[in-house]
Amino acid sequence: MCDQTFLAITFGPCDSCSENPVGRQSRLDGRSQRATKNICSCCSPFCPFPMACQGLASGETLKSLKAESETLRKKLEEERKKLHDVELEKVAEKAEALGELNMKTRRTLKGHGNKVLCMDWCKDKRRIVSSSQDGKVIVWDAFTTNKEHAVTMPTTWVMACAYAPSGCAIACGGLDNKCSVYPLSLDKDENLAAKKKSVAMHTNYLSGCTFTNSDMQILTSSGDGTSALWDVESGQLLQSFHGHSADVLTLDLAPSETGNTFVSGGSDKKANVWDLRSGQNVQSFDTHDSDINCVKYYPSGDAFASASDDSTCRLFDLRADREVSIYSKDSIMFGAASVDFSLSGRLLFAGYNDYTINVWDVLKGTRVAILFGHENRVSSLRVSPDGTAFCSGSWDNTLRVRQEGRGVVRELKQGGTTPYLKNIFLFN
Amino acid sequence: MERVIVAMQDPDMGVKMRNQRLLITVIPHAMTGNDVIEWLIQKYNITEEEARHLGGLLVQYGYIYPLRDPRSLLLRSDDSPYRFQTPYFWTSSRWPASELDYAIYLAKKNIRKQGELVDYEKENYSILHKRINHTWDFVVMQAREQLRASKQRRKADRIVLECQEQAYWLINKPCVNMPLYYHYTTTIQLRYYYYTTIIHRRALGRNRVKSSICLESFMKYSEQYLHHDPIMSGCLPSNPWISDDTAHWTINTDMVGTPTRLRVERWSFSFMELLNDSMGRREFMIYLEKEFSAENLCFWVACEDLRHGESSKIILKVEEVYKNFLAPGAARWVNIDSKTMERTLEGIKRPHRFIMDDAQMHIYFLMKKDSYPRYLKSELYKNMLAKAIVPQETKKSVFPFMRRQRHSSPSPAMVTQATEDDGKAKGAGPTGTSSTTNSQI
Repeated sequence: MCDQTFLAITFGPCDSCSENPVGRQSRLDGRSQRATKNICSCCSPFCPFPMACQGLASGETLKSLKAESETLRKKLEEERKKLHDVELEKVAEKAEALGELNMKTRRTLKGHGNKVLCMDWCKDKRRIVSSSQDGKVIVWDAFTTNKEHAVTMPTTWVMACAYAPSGCAIACGGLDNKCSVYPLSLDKDENLAAKKKSVAMHTNYLSGCTFTNSDMQILTSSGDGTSALWDVESGQLLQSFHGHSADVLTLDLAPSETGNTFVSGGSDKKANVWDLRSGQNVQSFDTHDSDINCVKYYPSGDAFASASDDSTCRLFDLRADREVSIYSKDSIMFGAASVDFSLSGRLLFAGYNDYTINVWDVLKGTRVAILFGHENRVSSLRVSPDGTAFCSGSWDNTLRVRQEGRGVVRELKQGGTTPYLKNIFLFN
Repeated sequence: MERVIVAMQDPDMGVKMRNQRLLITVIPHAMTGNDVIEWLIQKYNITEEEARHLGGLLVQYGYIYPLRDPRSLLLRSDDSPYRFQTPYFWTSSRWPASELDYAIYLAKKNIRKQGELVDYEKENYSILHKRINHTWDFVVMQAREQLRASKQRRKADRIVLECQEQAYWLINKPCVNMPLYYHYTTTIQLRYYYYTTIIHRRALGRNRVKSSICLESFMKYSEQYLHHDPIMSGCLPSNPWISDDTAHWTINTDMVGTPTRLRVERWSFSFMELLNDSMGRREFMIYLEKEFSAENLCFWVACEDLRHGESSKIILKVEEVYKNFLAPGAARWVNIDSKTMERTLEGIKRPHRFIMDDAQMHIYFLMKKDSYPRYLKSELYKNMLAKAIVPQETKKSVFPFMRRQRHSSPSPAMVTQATEDDGKAKGAGPTGTSSTTNSQI
């Protein structure tokens, strides 16, 4: 019915429930790593229990199951409350209050023709890869603001991009339902698109991707409600994670010692923690009121923060198995699109749809600063790997790298072909 | 029902078609309500009442739609014109209309004529807008594309299509007010609740830690790392982004001669910090060699390589690990407890990526509990700490007109290629990452 002028997608009924509409992509490369079943997000999670479900059919059973689920949930809430003996604010009273934070834009990266949707830092602390709605993926050296590589994807709305840990490749994907890996060559004239490798194949748009600890594996999340782990070399699916009942919008890999888990957040308002090896859903948090747009682990790996369309950011503790803090204000009415922690985990940077960035004190729960500068909503935000600065990408086609401004300040903005100098004197 | 429709549309025997005039454009293939009823009476030999009833049903199910007053789904036995709905839009041939499609239709309508949406449509529009906000741009984009495509059609065709679409949606509006999962049938709901009960049960069985302990750990972590956080406490010699001086990065690279004090201090925070920093790993290796337990670290590194390396080399790597570390009488035999050893040896028969995990975990915790604390107390570490430099904070010049040249750094790709040419690949950029594989020492 819809004129999908940029995708080879048609809509048809789900293969397993024959009811819900699901997008089917015609396989152009003939490769079939998965069974060519196209299933809607509601059916796929329940494959682990097909036998058990087949016997259930009557309305009575549905009611009893629903009741059982409710009682279990209430019991879980009680159990969680029992161990909750102190609030974060109380514990944080001992902490030093933070002084005023004054972050200035140090670099403005201009060059995208359309909204910047996603960005990632390289481990060398100065390079950034960013993707935008017009299908372009650009690798910048943010320190000099030079563009190093530019790739044009065959699809628009490139919603996810990631830098490989070695710095030798980038991965990106979006409405084409695929994740493609481009090795970065030294020869700048070489056509990067020629070396592209299609790694992931989903049945709906790709919302997030990240490399695991090496260049060889990629974790992706998709609008079809699943996340998956892929092997880059062969393009094979190593593990898939089902459990969300709606689009999975974001994911983040745990920095912990055992390094085996990741958290994903979706449109079903749930944030799930998964085990990479077994594919099981280990923990689940559902206190948000709306879609979860972004999740990020606390630097120690014991907690994670989430940003949601209900205009709040929340901190969830994995060991206590509950939400421990909410970062919200009545004056903030727009959804938060992206979050990240500073290196010590004391500050939480969150980008919102009202074009601002709010900086929260993680421990005390208060807002430390509000940063302006973007002319459209902030779509993605990341702190650099060594914590020296953070970069925010926005729908106003630019990326801004910000750092604290103390003492003598020199603000330089470089853009396009006419760089100009602006000198501001501030004596401390 | 469809047979009736097909018969009706039969040009010879079917209902008399007349051209209908609608303002300026002429819309072909319209018929009056009267005609429909008469035809039905004739064909099926039924009374007028029954014919009216049947005709009404046809309209209600969407096979015929009224042109003049589209919202009232009645068949009037007078001159009001009707037309047949195309088979494309028949309810039986289409899957249930999805919210997304409906949203696209409403968006189209909104764009075409601002304010044309009727009240309930406006409501539905805003509810949908809230619900599927994240794909709203996709919806708007689709709507624009469709409008653009339709502009290229002839006006008469366009009007026909519009009417058809409008009629279809009148009948088949998805019920927007109900929460998402009510769209789905009982089986789906059953499965959903079954799944959630299992999740809840699992969660109930999990060990939970008291909040006070967890929250204290956050406090400790923040305090510990406070001085290492450049945003909170500045960075020495100067933040590269502010001063355009990359000294901070150059003194913290992998291969630097003397590390900074902060860096060496960080190694004492946790075992993982030590291992993640390639210089720290090197130092630890040197220490272990003195203690004659270097094989533990080598084993750990080899297991990490197995876990994160290429799929095609897994079998090869497992064999190597076995040969070097696990086989009885191996050159660098690691001391694992018998149960884990048994399990690992069993698993080697069917090698896969995570086969060494148990053994690796055992060795990791062994090193963490035993070697690591001793390293921190050792002379080696203390010397490192003493040697470590604390860089001077660069004096901020009063006259900031001197703009430093910003030099570009070598791309990580280039660095990798250079080291690859030397032999064993050490796949890392200017900073240490956990994917670095130390070549056999």
